[in-house]
Amino acid sequence: MSKLKLNQVDTRGRSCPEPVLLTKKALEKNPEGVQVIADNTTARDNITRFARNLGYKVEMVQQGADYILTLTR
Amino acid sequence: MVLGNAGNYGLCIACFIRDTVGALGFHRAAVVQYIRPEIIGIVLGAFFMAVAGKEYSARGGSSPFARFVLGFLVIVGALMFLGCPLRMILRLAGGDLNAIFGILGFATGIGTGIIFLNNGFSLKRTYSLSSFEGYLFPLVCTGILLLLITRPGFIFFSESGPGASHAPIVISLAAGLVVGVLAQKTRLCMVGGLRDLFMFKDWHLLSGFLAILVAALAANLAFGTFNLGFTGQPIAHSDGLWNFLGMALAGLGSVLLGGCPLRQLILSAEGNIDSVITVLGMAAGAATAHNFGLAASAEGPTANGKIAVLLGLLVVAAIGYFNMDRSFELNMKGDVKIEA
Repeated sequence: MSKLKLNQVDTRGRSCPEPVLLTKKALEKNPEGVQVIADNTTARDNITRFARNLGYKVEMVQQGADYILTLTR
Repeated sequence: MVLGNAGNYGLCIACFIRDTVGALGFHRAAVVQYIRPEIIGIVLGAFFMAVAGKEYSARGGSSPFARFVLGFLVIVGALMFLGCPLRMILRLAGGDLNAIFGILGFATGIGTGIIFLNNGFSLKRTYSLSSFEGYLFPLVCTGILLLLITRPGFIFFSESGPGASHAPIVISLAAGLVVGVLAQKTRLCMVGGLRDLFMFKDWHLLSGFLAILVAALAANLAFGTFNLGFTGQPIAHSDGLWNFLGMALAGLGSVLLGGCPLRQLILSAEGNIDSVITVLGMAAGAATAHNFGLAASAEGPTANGKIAVLLGLLVVAAIGYFNMDRSFELNMKGDVKIEA
């Protein structure tokens, strides 16, 4: 995880559509990629779809109840 | 509908919640009182699906009272138009051209809501709650189902009007269960479709919306219930301006809530207590809309209803404005390890 120097954005506790909106803002600031933490499957899937639509690669790891999505070019 | 439900009623969340609170005696509009098993089926179907898919999680605490008020006003707007966003699509599929004004208003409301979202609007975060907190809503719905089956004397059932036309309980309940399962799985949302298209150029959710339109249109053509026009439409009025404004209120309120009335029911079943509060707001809104004469009818909107919709738009705009966090900066951490 520490190999990649990526910024993180925490969307936990946020309801639809805020997780995607936060991801969008984060990617505007860091076009090379970001790491997103989500705490529900809806947010996880929406962020994944959004990022793929923009041409990002999405890697997902589950940690406890949270999902860690790594979005890279 | 073919099986006995009222014309173009199909599945209207606003109308069914209104009928249910009427049956419970919270309003006394005698023509719209019936415990709708569809609503209960949707909740139970979504609940079982969420538990089976390990997507059930009890949480809440995100501006509950603002959500109550928004839910209330969404229904006031929907009952001006005479239908929730889902019935709006079904009405269009039945050839009811009044729905076009509703859709235009709905899209305008969503577009306005997106301005708030893009300026940092947030009802703030939710928190985890005990699992039992989330079981209460499906339990209450089951209790209401028992009231429908046992028909105690204090429950009201319409003898005429829309509330008196309904399909057999078992069929309605089964239909609701199927819708609940599908809507939970697909995360179908009427407001989400247009919102995601406007905000993210994402057609995913809108495709569900369009699929319903096409399927219902095909069914109406097949059963010969397609009737193109503005007048003589079942449970509808043809006042374009108020159809527009009613759905603008419903669209704006729904986008700030993060989902249409159907989606709120599904989320409630998944353990989202904020959505439970929203559904209670919708129930209170439905009861008040009839007690205060705000709901429109086939004869058209009422003066009280017009005042309520305009006031509602102001209140929703205020909720939107005062929940914008202008100083909002992304709370980003560079290369920090995440604790599980």
